[in-house]
Amino acid sequence: MVASQSMSAGAIASNFDTARPTVSKHLHILTECKLLRQEQNGREIYYHINAKKMKEVADFIEPFRKIWDDRFNILESVMKTYKSKK
Amino acid sequence: MELKTKIFAEDNKQEIVITREFDLPVDLLFKAHTKPEIVEQWMGTKVLKLDSKKHGSYRFVTTDPKGNQHGFNGTIHEFVPDQKITRTFEMENTAFPVQLEFLEFEKITDDTSKLTMHIIYKSVADRDNMLKLPFAQGINMAHNRLQDVFNKLK
Repeated sequence: MVASQSMSAGAIASNFDTARPTVSKHLHILTECKLLRQEQNGREIYYHINAKKMKEVADFIEPFRKIWDDRFNILESVMKTYKSKK
Repeated sequence: MELKTKIFAEDNKQEIVITREFDLPVDLLFKAHTKPEIVEQWMGTKVLKLDSKKHGSYRFVTTDPKGNQHGFNGTIHEFVPDQKITRTFEMENTAFPVQLEFLEFEKITDDTSKLTMHIIYKSVADRDNMLKLPFAQGINMAHNRLQDVFNKLK
């Protein structure tokens, strides 16, 4: 839905057979994960898709890369400490 | 921002290449791969054995957040200080076949260096499954996290 246009929380909720506060919580989490972006429009908040972030999530190699990147970041800081101790 | 760690994984090939540049002299980068107490720190594993020499072998045991233990082992085939390590890598008690790893260490400047890890898998499918492993785990973790969040909201 939000891929084709930005929508208000109320408009999104009206498409689901779920209580409005539940939908708001889902939207809040998706926004926190940066998969959705909020835009204030008068009194309403409009949601639209963050395509760049969606692509990142869809890229299955990314978690593998991230694991090695995290390890190598630690390696780098461990060895910097090791060097200064020498 | 340019990513420091890069993965090259061409479609339909049974290999991958991981590269990373470090703000470390090449001898320290190499040492990080040979000293058990240092490997433990950055690999987040327990090193039971690490015989850093040609024909030497290693065995690591990692404990996951659920308390399950996972063993890894391999044999070192080539060992050239500050230049290269060629070794095998096997995940114990899994369906994944052993893989072959070529690690090359290069000096860029006196204070910077580069690591190139070239990994060869038994088949294209084995490679793809290995690449997907953290993705699958990540998805599970994300689901668990979402479940936790929802449980708290209830």
